[in-house]
Amino acid sequence: MLEKKQLIIIKGTREGLTLFIDESCSFEEAVIELKDKIIASRPKRDEPLVSVKVKLGNRYLDEAQKDQIGKIIGGENRFIIHSIQSDVVRREDALRWQEDSEVKTINRIVRSGQVIEVNGDLLLVGDVNPGGKVSSTGNIYIMGSLQGIAHAGSDGDRDAFIAASYMNPSQLRIADYISRAPDYESDGVYMECGLIDETQDKIIIDRLQALPHKRKELSGFERRMQNG
Amino acid sequence: MGEAIVITSGKGGVGKTTTTANIGTALALMDKKVCLIDTDIGLRNLDVVMGLENRIIFDVVDVIQERCQLKQALIRDKRFEHLTLLPAAQTSDKDTLTTDGMKKIVAELKQEYDYIIIDCPAGIEQGFQNAIAGADRAIVVTTPEKSSVRDADRIIGLLEQTEMDPPTLVINRIRNHMMKNGDMLEVDEITQVLSIDLIGIVIDDDAVIKATNNGEPVAVHPNSKASIAYRNIARRILGETVPLQSLEEEKGMFQRVKRLFGMRS
Repeated sequence: MLEKKQLIIIKGTREGLTLFIDESCSFEEAVIELKDKIIASRPKRDEPLVSVKVKLGNRYLDEAQKDQIGKIIGGENRFIIHSIQSDVVRREDALRWQEDSEVKTINRIVRSGQVIEVNGDLLLVGDVNPGGKVSSTGNIYIMGSLQGIAHAGSDGDRDAFIAASYMNPSQLRIADYISRAPDYESDGVYMECGLIDETQDKIIIDRLQALPHKRKELSGFERRMQNG
Repeated sequence: MGEAIVITSGKGGVGKTTTTANIGTALALMDKKVCLIDTDIGLRNLDVVMGLENRIIFDVVDVIQERCQLKQALIRDKRFEHLTLLPAAQTSDKDTLTTDGMKKIVAELKQEYDYIIIDCPAGIEQGFQNAIAGADRAIVVTTPEKSSVRDADRIIGLLEQTEMDPPTLVINRIRNHMMKNGDMLEVDEITQVLSIDLIGIVIDDDAVIKATNNGEPVAVHPNSKASIAYRNIARRILGETVPLQSLEEEKGMFQRVKRLFGMRS
């Protein structure tokens, strides 16, 4: 009989602890060993909190299991979970990511009373007329004139932005921010984009050329991959 | 086999009925067999504009409920042999009109006539659905006002969802001096927003009101501006290429006369 393989390996790094959970054993086994290891190595009361990265390798955990791990490591111990990383994603998550990150191209005029809602980024080749509305969970690019309402990041993504060839909207909405056109008649602007300015805490309109400085990652997919 | 054209606008009071009467009359002037249908049940006007109110015996609801033959309900115009009107009912409940019923009537009329012009009620409810049911194409009427353009946009959106060809646009009641001052939307501005083909522009002309009150479409007058505009629209419907009426002309004339008398403008 071989010596029992270590299921949990803990490594100390500069940022804290990294905790590797063996990917081939059963979840129950891992949990049992994890409990012992954690109790053995938890910091003492007078020591500072330690952040922990959990690496799962090719193991997939559902939300309930992640919760359980979180409770074991966190709980009354002086650990803080920094992240739980897995090398695998579920098929449906991957598909959803893909959908969220795709640019949906629509070629039509959005007329008064019409609404277009998409997941991911929206590329509209055509106008949004007054009274029309477009909405997406990602960015909105309009090759045409925007005179109606556009809502980017409708799921709450504050980094989303709205770019249009001609911009004279009645309202711009990004995540939970809303800005509306002034009460006086105003001319629109060409090749501009609307985005949230954190310092002013409101939606601002800027030249398209300014966009690269403010939004490094155009693609929603890259953004989501990096943020986990 | 004829063609059925519905005249619609969404907003009320932009001149659907006047446009229907005048395009119909103008087509009849060009020796086409034309039938006008009024689908504005309960608020019929087309018969008044055409001056045929006194001759109504049966109406479109009578036809649908089979109280009379379609031929019996058609009223021949006073002026043109080949122009007839199918009037709307004034008293019946408007729910009696159905899309199927309208399709049947229009199909039957198409056997007999070259053009069937359908006057649509305002709004986007059942009355609108009935009016467009049998139509092959649509003409959207708007005025150079924001509210009317907004409603036209909505209507065009609804028409695009049907199998009909893309609608064409008539801009009605243009006042040149206001357009020039920028107090009114410009023709280009309107076509840019609505992005459909323009089939005619009609100047706001006192002759229209006068003619309407006399029960005759202005299109029978040879010289009024609006009359020429409507006849141009009819020619474009027949496939001719007619340049758009110049909005400047009148002022140009006036200035020429002024200059003649040595006045400065």
